[in-house]
This record gives sequence, C-alpha cells and structure tokens, in this order.
Amino acid sequence: MTTLGLPRGSILGTRVQRLEDPGFLTTGAVYTDDIVDDRLARAVRVTFVRSPLAHATVTSIDISAALAAEGCVGVVTAGDLTDIPSPAPAFAMYPEQMGLPLLASGTVRYVGEPVAAVLTDGRYDGEDIAELVEVGYDPLPAVVDPVLALTSETLLFPGAGTNVAYEMAPDPERDDIFSDCEVVATRTIVNQRVAVAPLEVRAAAAVWEEDGRLTTWIPNQGAQGTQSSVARLLGLDVSQVHVITPAVGGAFGAKFGADPEAALVGWIARRFGRPATWVETRSDNLVAMTHGRGQVQTVTIGGSRTGRVTAYRLDIVQDSGAYPRIGALLPTLTQLMAPGVYDIDNLQTSFRSVVTTTTPVGAYRGAGRPEATAAIERAMDLFAAEIGMDPADVRRLNLLPAFTEPFRSSTGAIYDSGNYPMALDTVLAAADYPSLRAEQASRRERGDVRQLGIGVSVYVEITGGGSEAGAPKENATVEVHPDGTASILTGTSPHGQGHETVWAMLVSNELGIEMDKITVRWGDTDLVLRGGGTGGSRSLQQGGAAVRQASLELVDLAKSRAAAQLEVSADDLVVDHGRAGLMVTGVPGSGVTFAALAAMEPLLVHTIFSAPGATYPFGAHVAVVEVDVETGKAELMRLIALDDAGVVVNPLIAEGQRHGGLAQGAAQALLEEVLYDEDGNPTTTTLAAYPFVSATELPSFELVTTETPTTYNPLGAKGIGEAGTIGSTPAVQSAVVDAVAHLGVRHVDMPTTSMRIWAAINAAAADKETTD
Amino acid sequence: MITATFEYVRAESVDDAVAKLAELGDEAKLLAGGHSLLPMMKLRLAFPAVLVDVRPLADLSYVRVDGESVAVGALTRHCDLVSSAVLRAEAPLLGAVAAHVGDPQIRHRGTIGGSLSHADPAADLPAAVLASDATLVVQGPGVRRQVAAADFFVGYFETAMAADEMLVEIRLPRTGATPWHYEKFTRRANDWAVVAVATVDTRVAIANMGSTPLRATATEEALAAGASVAEAASLAAEGTDPVEDMNADRAYRRHLARVLTRRALAATR
Amino acid sequence: MQVSITVNSVRRRDDVEPRMMLAHYLRDVCGLRATNIGCDTTSCGACTVTVDGESVKSCTVLAVQTDGGTVTTLEGLAASVGLGPDELHPVQAAFRAEHGLQCGFCTPGMVMAAVGLLAENPHPTEPEVREGLEGNLCRCTGYHNIVRAVLTAADAMGPGGDA
Repeated sequence: MTTLGLPRGSILGTRVQRLEDPGFLTTGAVYTDDIVDDRLARAVRVTFVRSPLAHATVTSIDISAALAAEGCVGVVTAGDLTDIPSPAPAFAMYPEQMGLPLLASGTVRYVGEPVAAVLTDGRYDGEDIAELVEVGYDPLPAVVDPVLALTSETLLFPGAGTNVAYEMAPDPERDDIFSDCEVVATRTIVNQRVAVAPLEVRAAAAVWEEDGRLTTWIPNQGAQGTQSSVARLLGLDVSQVHVITPAVGGAFGAKFGADPEAALVGWIARRFGRPATWVETRSDNLVAMTHGRGQVQTVTIGGSRTGRVTAYRLDIVQDSGAYPRIGALLPTLTQLMAPGVYDIDNLQTSFRSVVTTTTPVGAYRGAGRPEATAAIERAMDLFAAEIGMDPADVRRLNLLPAFTEPFRSSTGAIYDSGNYPMALDTVLAAADYPSLRAEQASRRERGDVRQLGIGVSVYVEITGGGSEAGAPKENATVEVHPDGTASILTGTSPHGQGHETVWAMLVSNELGIEMDKITVRWGDTDLVLRGGGTGGSRSLQQGGAAVRQASLELVDLAKSRAAAQLEVSADDLVVDHGRAGLMVTGVPGSGVTFAALAAMEPLLVHTIFSAPGATYPFGAHVAVVEVDVETGKAELMRLIALDDAGVVVNPLIAEGQRHGGLAQGAAQALLEEVLYDEDGNPTTTTLAAYPFVSATELPSFELVTTETPTTYNPLGAKGIGEAGTIGSTPAVQSAVVDAVAHLGVRHVDMPTTSMRIWAAINAAAADKETTD
Repeated sequence: MITATFEYVRAESVDDAVAKLAELGDEAKLLAGGHSLLPMMKLRLAFPAVLVDVRPLADLSYVRVDGESVAVGALTRHCDLVSSAVLRAEAPLLGAVAAHVGDPQIRHRGTIGGSLSHADPAADLPAAVLASDATLVVQGPGVRRQVAAADFFVGYFETAMAADEMLVEIRLPRTGATPWHYEKFTRRANDWAVVAVATVDTRVAIANMGSTPLRATATEEALAAGASVAEAASLAAEGTDPVEDMNADRAYRRHLARVLTRRALAATR
Repeated sequence: MQVSITVNSVRRRDDVEPRMMLAHYLRDVCGLRATNIGCDTTSCGACTVTVDGESVKSCTVLAVQTDGGTVTTLEGLAASVGLGPDELHPVQAAFRAEHGLQCGFCTPGMVMAAVGLLAENPHPTEPEVREGLEGNLCRCTGYHNIVRAVLTAADAMGPGGDA
C-alpha cells in the first residue's frame, strides 16, 4: 500500500525539524501588531464603531463629541467614502444589490457591522473615543434562521426582492430516484456555524509612499489575492497596491483577500496623510471576522434491506450571513462531493444560499467539503440503523472499489486515485473494531453509566482545485547566489504550514545546497507578482511541485552553462550533491559549483507548474467516545485516523497538519457553535463564552498513514491541510450517537452538547413509552 | 481591549483600604488578583473610578489553625489553598475546590477573598465555604464583624458587605477526616460550573442553581430524617431558581443538580 | 505612575498609566513583542509570562501591580537559566523537536505556561500536562505535539526539573 515516489536516502520523506522555529521560539514571529518600521512612525490607530443591532436603519451619526475628544484625529463614516466604488457583490453570481460596503450606509445588517472608524494618536484612546460616536438606529426585524429567511417577508436587500443570494435547483428528472428503494431514511441535520478564531485576530497597517502607491501589511493567505481585493474595494489599479505579508497567526480560510476594515485602513492612510494601523479585539473578531459552516441539510438515503444504497438526495440551505461572501458559494463544493466515497447510482443535489442578519459566512478549514462528508456519513448511519446493520459493514458494501486511473463521480468530480476499502479496513484493524464493539456490548449489558460509542467515517475530499481561469498552477523562482546560498520565491503563503522548511528540502534535495543556506520568501507583491496563496490544501502539490520543477530547470540551465565552460557535453554532467554543483559523470570533484556559475552570471529560474486537475485525498477515521447517560456528557477517548494524501515529504509537518485538523473537526462535533438569540444578538462574543476546544477535551491522536500517490504532480503528493477536519467531524458525531443508540437515539445535532444528548435520550425514552 | 481610565491607589493596611472605601463610596473597588474585576473592566461592564489595590497586604495571605477553626487570609491565592498542608489536614474540601478554579495562571493571581467578594453564583469557592459552614470576617471602618457564609451571598454578584467593608478572613470549622466531596459539571475543564455540588458530611451546597450558591435544604433534611442518598438527592433542585443559558435550560440544570448531588453524597459516604 | 520592574534580568523604571496592562507594558514600553494578546477575557493564554517565577496572564495584570516584580518573557527564557543567545531552553528545544508549534502565535505563551507547569510539577503525566495547559489555547496543533513537547522537556530537564 505504500509506494514512495521519493528517492531512497533522500532528505525527502524524513522528519526534518522546521527552519522557522528558532525565531518563533526565541523572539517570536513578527505579526502585524509587532511590526517596527520607520514608514509606520506616527501612525494613527483605527478603532471601529460597530452596530449593536442585528438589523436597523441608521438614522443619524453624530461624531461631534468624538471629534472634540483629546487624542482624536478624525472620524470616518460611509458619507466620507465618496471616492471609492459603490459596494459590489463579492462574486458576480450574487444579486447586484448584495454588495459589501466598507462602512454601513443607511442600513446595518448584523451585530458587529462597522459603522464608523475612529482615528486616534494613542492605542488607549480608541476605545474611549469610539464610545462617543452616537449612532441613531431605527430597528428592523432580525432574520436569524436561514430556513425562515427563505420565505421571510423581511428582506435584507429589498431591491433584490429575495433573501436568496445563490442557488442550484434540484434536477426534476431525478425527483423519483427513491421509487425503487426498499428502505428510505430522511432527516434534516444542522452543520452549525462556527467561529474560525485564529489566535491572531485581524489587523492591518498602511502607508501611502512617495511613489504614489499604497503599501499595506495585512495578515493573509495570499498576498496577490489580497492585493486585488484591496484594489477592488478602494477603486485602485492593482499596480497601486503593494501588499507585504507579515507573519500570520493562523487563518483557516478566513484570511483570504481583504476584509473591508483592512482596505479602509489603506483609504484612511491616504485621506489623512498619515500611516494608519488597526488591530481588532477578540470581541470584534468573534462578531466581524467571517464565520464558517452554517448549513441546514436535508438528507434522504434509500436502498435495499441487504444494505446496498442506491439513491441519495442532499438539499442544502446555506446561511450566508448578512452579505454573501465566499460562504454562499461553498455549497457548490458540498454538492460536488455529495456522494463521497460511495458508489451510488442515483443522486439529486440542490442548494439555496440565503442572507440572514448575522455575521457573513466564509471559508473555514475544509470549506464546503466537511459539510458534504458530514451529510453522507450521517445518512449512512441512519440507513444502517434503519436496516439494523453495522455501520462499518454498510459502508464497506457501498464503497467504490480501488482505482488508479481517474474516476468520474456521479456529480462530475474527477477523483485522481483512491483505495477506500483499504482505508476502511486498515483503520478498523488499527482501532481493533471488534474489541470495541465487544466492550460496547458488555457496557450495554451491564447498564453502565458511561456507555461506549464508536463512530466510523470514510471520506474523500478535493484539494488544490483550479479556478475559473483554468487548471491549477503555481509559480516558483529558485536562484543560487555566488556565496553558495540559494533563495526561493513562492506564490504560496505559509502561516504555520512550514513551507520555509519543506521548500528548502525540495531545493536542497535537487541541488545539494544545505538547507540552512536556503531562504524562502513569499507574500510581498513587489517580489512575487503572482501566486495562488495557501488554502484549499494546495500548497505542496502545486507550490512545492513548482519549487522542485524550478530546481530541476536550474540544474539544466547550469548544465548548459557548465558544458560550455568545461568543454563537455551537458549530457555528461550530473549533480554533485556533496559540492552543490555539477560534475562529469563518475568523476567526483571534476566540475563546477552552482555558486561559481552564479558568480559569472545570475543563476535563476522562474517557472510555472501546472497540474492536470485537483487531487482527492481520502481516509477513514474511527472515534471512540464515552457518554455519561445520566448527565449526557460526551468525552472523546480515542481518535484513530487514517489519512492518505499521497506521498509525504515531511512526516513531522504532515502529522502536525492532521492533528490540527482532527482537533478542529472534533471541536465542531463536540463543542463549538456560534450562537445568536432570536433578535440576532450574538451570545458567543468572547473566548470565555465561545467554547474553543482546549487540551483537556482532546486525547492524543492515533495516526495511521498510507501513501497512495497521485500522478498529477511529480511529488505524488495530495493536500493534507483539511483532511483531518473532514474525516473527524462525522466520526466523532457518529460515536456520540452510537453511544446512546441502544436507548433509541438516532441523531444528535452538532455540537453534541451534554444538554442535547440528555434531551435526545429523554425524547427517545418518551417515544418508546408512546410506542409501547 | 482596554479598561476605561481609573485612579490607582495602594492600600497601606486593611484600615487604610476600608478608610478609602468609606471616603470614595461606590466610585471605588478593591483590587486583589483582579481576575474577576479586570476582564469586566476591559469589556466595559464595570467602570470604577478608583481601584484600591490590597494585593500588597501580604499579611492577609495565610492558612493557619486558630482554635477550633482554620483561618484563611482573604488574600490567600487559589494556588496557595491548593498546596496548603493545613487545609489538607483540617478542612480538605477548600483546597480541593480551589484546584478547580480557572486555570493555573488564574490560580496564581486570584484570591479567595476576591472570589467570594465577587459572589459569582457559578464560581467554585462560594459553594465550598457554604458547604464548609464557614464564617466570613468582614472589616468596616472601625468595626469588624463575622458573617455566616449562609448569610454572606445575597444576590447575583452581591454580598452582605457594605460598600466600605472588606472581607479579611475566612474561618472554617476544622473538619479533619469528615468525608467531603466536590462534583463539578463543566463544558470544558476550565469553565465555570454549569452546576456544581460541594459536600461536607451531610451539608450540601450547590453552585449556579440561583442567584447565590444554595444549601440543598430539602436534601439535607431528608438525609437527617433517614432517607437514602437517592431519595435525598432527588430533592436537590427543590427551591432552586436556576438561570437558562447556552449550556443548560432550567429543566436540565435541575436534573444535573439531582444527579450531581447523588454522586457527591455517594462519594461523601 | 512610576514602576520599577525587572524584565528579563534588566531592572527598569518607567512611568505608566494605571490602566496599562503588563502585556502592553512588555510590548509597547519594553519593546518585547514575543508576548501576544489573543483575547479580552483571560481565556487564551497567549500573553502568558512568568512573574516572580509563576505563570500569569499578562493581559489581566496591571503593570502597576507588577511594581517591584521580576518578569520573564519568551525572549529572556534561555538567559534566565544561564544559556547563551543562540541556545534554546529545554522547553523551547522540545517544542521544536516535537513540532509543537505551527503559526507560532500561541507559542510564546504556551512555552511560558509549560515552563511554569514544569517548575511546579517537574514530571507530569500526560493528563497533568493537558490540565496544566488548560488556560492556553492553540488553533493549529490540536495540542498533540505541544503535549509531547512538554513531556519531552520534562525528561530532558532531569530528575529535579533543572534546566
């Protein structure tokens, strides 16, 4: 099952410690709030005044008291923004009225929406003076529930005539797909809204420089995308915006592009002729950074009593929040991945993305795919329960067989390679599934207070997808310098993923230059003109592949130069890894170093790697929970995860990516949820209220690694960043339900809080009483 | 986030602190560890004009046997309660409960006096002093008085102390080997209690089932009348008026109170 | 208000506003920006430093309350046990060896919390490490490798817990 595409004895595939870490561990990384730069001297500090109401007409804004306060430099409201384009929708397919303004104009649509910006000299003045801005509001009805928003008479954008921002109708020809099924199960399930909550909140710093350009530091996942976002929001040409990416303290999908506040900081710097900086508070972050997930799914699954699933329907209501951003688009990925790893003949999918008076929804680790896996895996469990079959057996019966040639799914996804039966059987063996079931049976027999639950999930996901512009691609520049060092420019944008280490490994492996002599740079739009950034688990398979390709091309370039110099054929030259140069085949020490060649003429290669398509990593997870059936409390005891993302270049880092994903997935299943009251007031606005998963709620994870390579890049690598989240969420949720299944419980929505579990047990008992 | 501005003064002594409170009235707040007060000030839910820092009063940090009581200075930190050998021997519930407060960093700063004065009904230590039948020693201008724990907590974040009084000592009966237990139910390990139950012998105190920590009177009376643990615990929610929040509605909180009381009593035996 | 605070072995005198938190004092007055601020409610622990050898959350301690105290931040950790500028404290080294950090934002606080934990319990079990870090949040690592790192550091620091 393990097919390594990496040369034996190579540094690749080994557990190289990160080059990033010595700095991170001694002086700390330099995040946006840490920047010390002469250009930012005398910067004004920006503090946002935010809406306290979910939906209201803004009747007045009185800034006089704020302006009069000592230390106030200025106050900006929507009325001041006369020189920027009127708000346009984030994507062209949304109704034109649903544009996202930099500051609310006329109407506020969620608690936390920026209404004004207060500029102060000192850090400590901003919050004081923001309280002096008096905004008059005339309340409008809140619309919190996305299902109700579909039909609500209250429209967030009356001009649009609807709250639906984007939809895909079900194919009516598939309405009868369940007609031949012996068994059909259906249920509406909630894939709840969660906070992205990177440890570093949002921030920006900006200055207009003498060359007439805006230089702005914004934590992001891809400087080039952020550059175009800032340009679009401010009505500038891209060439007028220079983005510099500081260290980024976590992003998880929510730091792509530029948020309105970050763009406005650039506008303020120009209008006030002073550099400007902004760092939000956590309380702001939890209401104003995009949230993730937020789907109400209705799953219907049908098949035979012997366990063969033949039909599946997934209907999604996507909560887009107040302004449709990328979240409204993510159901397209959910429906694409709807059938997952299963061979299901008849499928019907549909979605409606709807606006509500809540924080806008964006991408969060997995972004549309965890929702697909959660839906089909819950459906499989419902089906298994309906026919009384072991959930692992139902899955095995319906998995696609192993394949090595690209396979087209019933929704049109081209799976590159996969072996799902192997994944399921391997993880079940690693978990000793029969023993777990035996332990569960004896606890049930004894009527223990702490019951055991076992959840199984099998997943496939899509990573490194292309864009409308075409096939996935990424660029890299590799240069060797006369002093023997090398530098890499990459279009990816690491913020914890260890590209400085892994890209250096890739270059070192080809050129023989020691890793500590290789530097990696990214995220400065003057240095790296193009790039797709880091997200969608794309970086290694495209950015890393580009770095490797650039290294190989650099060797070829060096050979052609050395051949002339040494008067040998380029074909007779090979890389002399010991000397970081070239030698005549079989004659060590005979050639010339790359550094020597670079001394004569710059030795660099810029290249673009292009992949034939997205790759589809897969895996299977087993979660073991204990549920206290008296209190309803669920505790995650074990999480056994097989994740197959093709060839692994640095296991230390790949495992770290999996751990983080597993934790976030388990957190969604067990704990985390952004909550609003019926008036649209958020109630999880601090990290004391929002149950961000901590070390005490998690076990150490048990990883099982297999490597099924892809042919879509020479490394054989697929994406690993999001896989853990995608597999673990349904496994943990299933385990919770399984722990109380013998009491009659079929489903508990996420997060599976103790109160929900207790209520589900009670409801099942009441049902039983009625039935009896 | 940043607090609103305030004036900061250090108390030279308990008398000095009390005198400052008497002089400043509602404008002033005592500052000890600050781990309840400062977050509220940062969220701008509290705006004291003056903070009177009593933390430097090192002579208020002690745990010692004093006759038939264990005396605990109000500025004794949670971590010092946890590690106190005197408490372990003489009144073990309190140190064990202190280990449940917040997280290690918070336990390094927070004090028992601060926690009790803050009077959060969901907090750990108020329920512990109630179950311990403790007496709280309160210093006012020229007057020192003793308040039974049962009379100290009067409402949400409200105590029987006047604005010019300061909690200076907590006196616990020496219970020695008397059985005790603390049963805390949380969402995450370091969260406030959804519900918690503290017991010493047959005394039962419950956290977060109303505006103050409560004695489970019906349960205690049933036990005294010879009821079984299960029977007595089934009465634990009698007379409670719990809040509803994202963690628990009223019915669930009442259920938890009964289950946790049963477990606590079973472990106390 | 005048304060005198020893920060990473340097005795300083500074005039600070009473409401200045120790975290802001370290970052803005002392220029020590490793210490991060991740929340408003003493929840995340990113701001953890040691004061007089004990871990505290510097976002909930006033600078004026640290008057006369001794503060160690991540920047001063290695030197605090007599190591040179290019050397890593055993906890720092273990975080690197075990890949106990990704984006790095929680790391300064996490390392200092771990140092505080090991000072009080030199040989913790895994559950004790998890409980000892309950006040420190990390979004990247799932805590798995952080827990490994603290256990590794405990081994490296020897029987007495000395660095």
